[in-house]
Amino acid sequence: MTDLLADPPPAPANENAPAPPPSLSELFRAFFSMALHGFGGVLPWARRAIVDEKRWMTAQEFNEAFAVSQFLPGANVVNLAVIFGGRLHGAAGAAVALAGLLLPPMAIVLTLGALYGRYGDIDALQRVLGGVAAAAAGLIGAIVIKMAQPLLREGVPALAVAAAGFAAVGVMRWPLPYVLLVLVPLSIALSWWARR
Amino acid sequence: MKLDTLGTLAAHFALLSLFAIGGAMAVVPEMHRQAVDVSHWMTDRQFADLFAIGQAAPGPNIIVVTLIGYQAAGIPGALVATFAMCGPTCVITYYVSRTFDRFKHAHWRIVLQAGLVPVSVGLFAAGVFVIARAADRNLVAVAITLATAAVAYWTRFNPLWLFGLAGLLGYLGYV
Repeated sequence: MTDLLADPPPAPANENAPAPPPSLSELFRAFFSMALHGFGGVLPWARRAIVDEKRWMTAQEFNEAFAVSQFLPGANVVNLAVIFGGRLHGAAGAAVALAGLLLPPMAIVLTLGALYGRYGDIDALQRVLGGVAAAAAGLIGAIVIKMAQPLLREGVPALAVAAAGFAAVGVMRWPLPYVLLVLVPLSIALSWWARR
Repeated sequence: MKLDTLGTLAAHFALLSLFAIGGAMAVVPEMHRQAVDVSHWMTDRQFADLFAIGQAAPGPNIIVVTLIGYQAAGIPGALVATFAMCGPTCVITYYVSRTFDRFKHAHWRIVLQAGLVPVSVGLFAAGVFVIARAADRNLVAVAITLATAAVAYWTRFNPLWLFGLAGLLGYLGYV
């Protein structure tokens, strides 16, 4: 059955029509390629591949799937791979998408990790890594600024919850489970109050 | 001894993954606590280095877990840590996402989803703060962090160039 899907028919007349669902091997290759392109984050590449290039999902469907992957615990893109692969081919699809997403980066970072273990004490490399580490912190800092912007529209309670989470876990270094025990119910209650 | 470490890695990351609200960055402060302060798998500086290596390599951010596992217990550690971090949440996502689709427009789901957003932003910021504190050992490093954030925020520059430039500044002895 997957063989029938492996070779899609020529492009349909309507450019906006959704493409036929990918086979397991196409799924693996697509996530493999996303993972290898994703410097500083895979999500933009996932959107580009799934929505723009292959038309496996509409932008709306992608946004909905991503909202669910963010809502559920775990890494967003990992969850997205499970949702997308699972929707197409069940557990096998989820496993294949996940393998494509994780295996190439794992091989790369293990190689880099081994080099780090062997040469990490060399003074020149330490100096270089010192600079790169500072830049890496800045890169994720930019992401958090983008994430925080929609909160400004949500109003003071949402901003206060975010600030409290930051202070409790980042500055005070209180244990995450206890912080969540207080903050999650509070934030959901505030969200309910704002939407009642 | 090594089996102990693998057990600790498995238990720590499997439990932690369940608290990863809004993504893996939310649990970076807890990872740092376990790896540096509790289990002494690495120093503060090594944690910052490994995080940077994970960022400089292509792939999802969660891949830093592979590096922490590797530093703690070699290849078996890397596999155990990565599997523990992804396995349980993937099973949850697989089953919950199927039923969750049915409640796309349900009021409770909208309330719940919106309620988690501020928490996840705060936790992400906390993760950034912990990483920045480990990485920024002097004022030049702080300046690199701020400049990278500004460039990444306002432009679509490939982050690898920024890493290259920052690495060069480091090599020249400014950091």
